[in-house]
Amino acid sequence: MATEILMPALSPTMEEGTLAKWNVKEGDSVSAGDVIAEIETDKATMEFEAADEGIVGKILVAEGSEGVKVNTPIAVLVEEGESADEAAASVEKAHASTHEQGAGHPAPAKVADEAGPGGQAPAPSVPDDPEIPEGTKMREMTVREALRDAMAEEMRADENVFLMGEEVAEYQGAYKVSQGLLDEFGPKRVVDTPITEHGFTGLATGAAMGGLRPIVEFMTFNFAMQAMDQIINTAAKTRYMSGGQMSVPVVFRGASGAAARVAAQHSQDYAAWYAHIPGLHVAMPYSAADAKGLLKTAIRGDTPVIFLENELLYGHSFEVPELDDYAIPFGKARIWREGNDVTLVSFGIGMEYTLKAAEKLAEDGVSAEVIDLRTLRPMDTAAVIKSVKKTNRCVTVEEGWPVGSIGNHISAVLMQEAFDWLDAPVINVTGKDVPMPYAANLEKHALTSVEEVLEAVKQVTYR
Amino acid sequence: MAKGKTNTEDYLRMYRQMVRIRTFEDNANQLYLSAKMPGLTHMYSGEEAVAVGICEALTDNDRITSTHRGHGHCVAKGAEFKEMFCELLGKEEGYCRGKGGSMHIADQSHGNLGANAIVGGSMGIATGSALRAKLQGADDVTVCFFGDGATAQGLLYEVMNMAALWNLPVIYACENNGYSEYTKTEEIAAGSITARAEAFGIEAFRIDGQDVLAVNELTQKLVARCRNGEGPFFIELETYRYHGHHVGDINREYYRSKEEEKDWKQNRDPIVRFRSWLVDQGIASEEEIEAMNAEIEKDATEAVAYAEAAKYPDAAEVDMHVYAD
Repeated sequence: MATEILMPALSPTMEEGTLAKWNVKEGDSVSAGDVIAEIETDKATMEFEAADEGIVGKILVAEGSEGVKVNTPIAVLVEEGESADEAAASVEKAHASTHEQGAGHPAPAKVADEAGPGGQAPAPSVPDDPEIPEGTKMREMTVREALRDAMAEEMRADENVFLMGEEVAEYQGAYKVSQGLLDEFGPKRVVDTPITEHGFTGLATGAAMGGLRPIVEFMTFNFAMQAMDQIINTAAKTRYMSGGQMSVPVVFRGASGAAARVAAQHSQDYAAWYAHIPGLHVAMPYSAADAKGLLKTAIRGDTPVIFLENELLYGHSFEVPELDDYAIPFGKARIWREGNDVTLVSFGIGMEYTLKAAEKLAEDGVSAEVIDLRTLRPMDTAAVIKSVKKTNRCVTVEEGWPVGSIGNHISAVLMQEAFDWLDAPVINVTGKDVPMPYAANLEKHALTSVEEVLEAVKQVTYR
Repeated sequence: MAKGKTNTEDYLRMYRQMVRIRTFEDNANQLYLSAKMPGLTHMYSGEEAVAVGICEALTDNDRITSTHRGHGHCVAKGAEFKEMFCELLGKEEGYCRGKGGSMHIADQSHGNLGANAIVGGSMGIATGSALRAKLQGADDVTVCFFGDGATAQGLLYEVMNMAALWNLPVIYACENNGYSEYTKTEEIAAGSITARAEAFGIEAFRIDGQDVLAVNELTQKLVARCRNGEGPFFIELETYRYHGHHVGDINREYYRSKEEEKDWKQNRDPIVRFRSWLVDQGIASEEEIEAMNAEIEKDATEAVAYAEAAKYPDAAEVDMHVYAD
């Protein structure tokens, strides 16, 4: 089937670039690894390779185009005998409303506990969200900016809040999340550490036990495995072990999950790992608004929080309410689309696949309800159960590994608490059970896909 | 014996605190051997001068972190027998409401940030506590107790690096009792222990950990220098554990001879040495010391009886204190 070729990112912070040159034209055959285009930013030029073999069916963005947003489809690759125009049309259509980051993401329908009886309401453009008063002005911003704003607002409000981690101060974060913080708050509150995860995680935990509120940035959560003992044995367990004498108000935040072409040691999804641990709270936001609101809540709380961000989402733009104090409670899912035929449950970057799949399903007359869990511990299973009692079918979507996954847990909860309402087994769409490969085509296969979500929905709806 | 402070009350308090630790451990040992106390426990007996010499140089506002062999640190930092025995027996009135047990006693009221039963696990907390003091502009000092075995943990080097870079008010107190679990220290630690700290530019000292006055005098100086922004420091304290690694470690002749144990007990016992010094200096008479010992023994017996009769936590407490909010 046709696959789209997306505008690549040359660096973690790149949001757009120039498609300087096409080395192929429509109708050309390409193999994985062929240099098909040249991409430029003000800093660098990159040769862009094909990830799959196929025929260039359609070029969607002409060479010389400037300001092309990262992840915008720039061409369509088709298989031998496939109609280029039809394939291109269907890909374009599917992307029309959900894909271009620059054009903004769809807004959520409602938060879960306010969800009405449903219907086939398409995603409204202004969220009907009780956390946001009517008439609130919305501002488009990236997840990166939203995270920075959350930290800055909480640091202004409470002098006990400080940020520490590798390259967070002078360099402003490996993914530029802490931009401007050193200037505003100075080196005492924005602390550059050596590359010493076990060490600075311990320091933050000790500082938190004494009343400060550290935010620890892990450059990525892959490196936090070095610090696992301090996170689990100390931060998560101290309050319980001490019979409530001491709390550990610390936030551990950073990128988790696959980025692009960084292979096995830099691509792990930690959602299920941390969600397993009593004593931790775990958030994994998708939108910029949720990233901001949840991070503010995380910083204020007295429980240690694992805050799982995603490198690919940092540059995505969403509408964020312009409110003085937008904090979102943990343990409340957000419903992005209401529907009757199937419940799709996801979180974090899994929402990308899920929302795209829901859009395609709508075109085929299947009304999917899309639930973004937002926090994994506590987890709003009540919202999922409520939805499944309406739709009678459920598919979970995540990028993490299949064994002991978040989807497995949701399936078990539904078995116990909504068994009589289920008309089909719950299917967990996950990443593949392999370390992340490097080659682009293999990486693509190791991740999940919109097609897999669609196939799972087909199965649970017996179509 | 080194000359220390001239305040008689301070000397007597140091003696009293050392005897309290020994007495606590003797009673805890009995509770374990008579099957009244479950789990795993590690005796501090023999190392009393380390905890007392150091903690007597601290105020309640100064912090410590402790280890799996932590009863001594806890007593020395000011904890009460009753709450400690209750904790050992898993009772509701224990310092941690029976949720921590022997290896996890914390006593916030006296600045004891808790025993960490992962070897080396508290080094980050202690250094973080010192970072907290520095960021707050507070003048308290944190002492990190750990054993020779913990010098094999990488965390020590990670946190000493940052403590030295940032001049943090922390004192690393390495209790070298000659054995890392069931193995001689020289078989697990290459090179010099103090040189490890010196490599980071941290001033390091090696001292007789059985001499409470020497330990106290050095610690007082280092605490004052820490308060003055001159930290961190490292002390290796040469000491000895009278019991095995844990209470059940009875047949230990294959790694440690009875003659060696006898020699330390007869010739280097910190309590015996300090007691004879007190008498020689005319600070206390034999009768006064015996009376003090008897009073402490009575306190312990009563605390054990109280703890044995005390109630267990309510079953509803099982999921309390997991989350703060």
